[in-house]
Amino acid sequence: MFTSVDDVSARLAETGYLASPAVATTVFLAARLGKPLLVEGPAGVGKTELAKAVAEVAGARLVRLQCYEGVDEARALYEWNHAKQLLRISAGRGESWDETRDDIFSEEFLLPRPLLTAIRGEEPTVLLIDETDKADVEMEGLLLEVLSDFQVTVPELGTVTATRRPFVVLTSNAGRELSEALRRRCLFLHIGFPEEELERRIVRLKVPGLDETLATSVVRVVGALRAMDLRKLPSVAETIDWARTLLALGADTLDETVVRDTLGVLLKHQDDVLKAAAKLDLDAV
Amino acid sequence: MTAGSDVAARLAGFVAALRAHGVRVGTAETVDAARAVEALGLADRALLREGLAATLLHTTGQRQLFDAVFDLYFPRAVGAPDGEPAGREELRDRLAAALAANDTAVLGRLAVEAVDALGGYGSSPGSGGWSSYQTLERLRPQTLLAQVRDDMRARGGGAGFAGRLLEEEIRRRIEEFRGQVAAEARRRVAERRGRDEIARRAVATTADRVDFLYAGKDRLAELRRTVQPLARKLATRLAARRRRAARGTIDLRRTLRGSLSTGGVPVRPVLRRRRPARPELVLLCDVSGSVAGFSDFTMLLVQALHDQFSKVRVFAFVNRIDEVTGLLTHGVADAEGLSGRIRAEARLTGWHGSSDYGVALGEFAERYGAAVGPRTTVFVLGDARTNMADPNLPALKRIAAQARRVYWLNPEPRAQWGTGDSAAPEYAGLVEMHECRTARQLGALVGRLLPV
Repeated sequence: MFTSVDDVSARLAETGYLASPAVATTVFLAARLGKPLLVEGPAGVGKTELAKAVAEVAGARLVRLQCYEGVDEARALYEWNHAKQLLRISAGRGESWDETRDDIFSEEFLLPRPLLTAIRGEEPTVLLIDETDKADVEMEGLLLEVLSDFQVTVPELGTVTATRRPFVVLTSNAGRELSEALRRRCLFLHIGFPEEELERRIVRLKVPGLDETLATSVVRVVGALRAMDLRKLPSVAETIDWARTLLALGADTLDETVVRDTLGVLLKHQDDVLKAAAKLDLDAV
Repeated sequence: MTAGSDVAARLAGFVAALRAHGVRVGTAETVDAARAVEALGLADRALLREGLAATLLHTTGQRQLFDAVFDLYFPRAVGAPDGEPAGREELRDRLAAALAANDTAVLGRLAVEAVDALGGYGSSPGSGGWSSYQTLERLRPQTLLAQVRDDMRARGGGAGFAGRLLEEEIRRRIEEFRGQVAAEARRRVAERRGRDEIARRAVATTADRVDFLYAGKDRLAELRRTVQPLARKLATRLAARRRRAARGTIDLRRTLRGSLSTGGVPVRPVLRRRRPARPELVLLCDVSGSVAGFSDFTMLLVQALHDQFSKVRVFAFVNRIDEVTGLLTHGVADAEGLSGRIRAEARLTGWHGSSDYGVALGEFAERYGAAVGPRTTVFVLGDARTNMADPNLPALKRIAAQARRVYWLNPEPRAQWGTGDSAAPEYAGLVEMHECRTARQLGALVGRLLPV
């Protein structure tokens, strides 16, 4: 898939995803070793975006499984199409029992869900299992077979093994501790807040109209906010939002009033806004 | 000896060092790491670091430890830097320039040179070493702050709104440089004394294994950030225990009564049903200087778990006792200033400032005796050092008689119980006392002891 780590960075950058060295290295290894990639980090640093970018680079189909509390086998793996099975039974009146029974448990009546779709696909596939921490513990057990051997067992049909291994990305916000067994099967990548230089490049890329010096100041202010002890630290997504806001307001430089008025774009809690305003001396003048 | 087996041995040693610090690395991961090394090559150290981290680590908290051990096993360079060691003034000038330019590569090189020039002590081989403390004491990078700031202002770097962040940014860079010096000093020492020993001794372990009593300010801050995730984990564990407990034991009388209809054969066992009652919790916390870190952390943890209980009341004491439940609830956002606020707003000290368990327990039994009932579990947090005063065992006995259970969590190692002015053995005779030195131990204990 990729020839080197630099190749990963360059090709991801073409799709508009600027990867830090850590991200590029881990993606390269995941492709090379054929292991799933578990991505953790705060909200809004581009975990889901990474999977999309990889799919675009590899020219692969993106299959997405969005996890939520209560997601189960029928939603994640496969389901029998009961309505169609009933139709088949009533249509085949006069058949012997054996014929009907064998018939209604065949491929035709199987509804593949994301995991099975990704395993069975012939073309290159990126499987994104989003917000794994939201799913219940039972779901993890289900993932183990898929992630270690890339196969799915359907009792009536037998085991379906991947002809072509999908590139698997799992994301997690660490809302719940994932089990050790699941972690052991994956390469682990923590995407934190980017370095100042990288973040400036991201802002320049996503908000092209923004002036160079203003972009620098924006990133520096966000960096200072992240060093504070706040309830919710501003993420890359917020930085970009803020840059867009400043652009829309037509601000050329940052000053007291602009920052005070737009702080709500960066910080989502009132306590945080007050605290940051105090630390940045916003009310001093 | 081929190059391949040498790398394998180095990798195995590295993994062993990680394991010694409690990172669980299996053989399969080690094999993956070796394949990663093969795929990435050894030419680029940064890539190697990321590759090994991706294959060997499983959680974010282990990264700091990993980096420190990595620096020892895959050092940036070997031996002393080339060339004549530079003088202190010259180093300071170059450091100021590098800080102003924020050039990480130059800062790294300066750290190497600084340790070489200023950090060595002892002369005979075997006894001497390299000290980061000594290096930083002589170099004093923090005093460069004003110089660097003025320098950057003069060149227009401090203009505009972002200018007011300048000082804070420089401070962070200096902090980073200090870290680099410490890593470099460790590397030099490791060359002299053997890598494995230094990896075991000199690398700071993960935050949840640090002794509460010796944890520094930044370590405690790091711990505070783990309160919420830990509370979530414990809540899940409590819920599981509650589910299991709700099934109850066999009710013999009703089982036998039911068996009459099947001729005396107990076909269907009847289980005793448990009354769902959310238990109450009372915390008595010693917040005197010596154990404040431990008490703070536990209070925050219990507060984060408050929805698991019908009532949580928290009392703090030094030598007088006062209720602080109210201070905890609306102070969620500001965990840092918790102990300061408790000291400012609650009456905790009487005539003197040192802790007195006897008086505090007596006062609690007298004034707040009603807080403890048959459904209450009481946790006492403290080192049981009474400063030679009367331990007032009858008061604790009275509390224990009223409560459902009383547990005492002691942040001191068990071996020190009863030494000096510690009344731990006396108290342990009355109530269950547990050693609770680290956040990891606390998590395990809380998960096991909290009532369901």
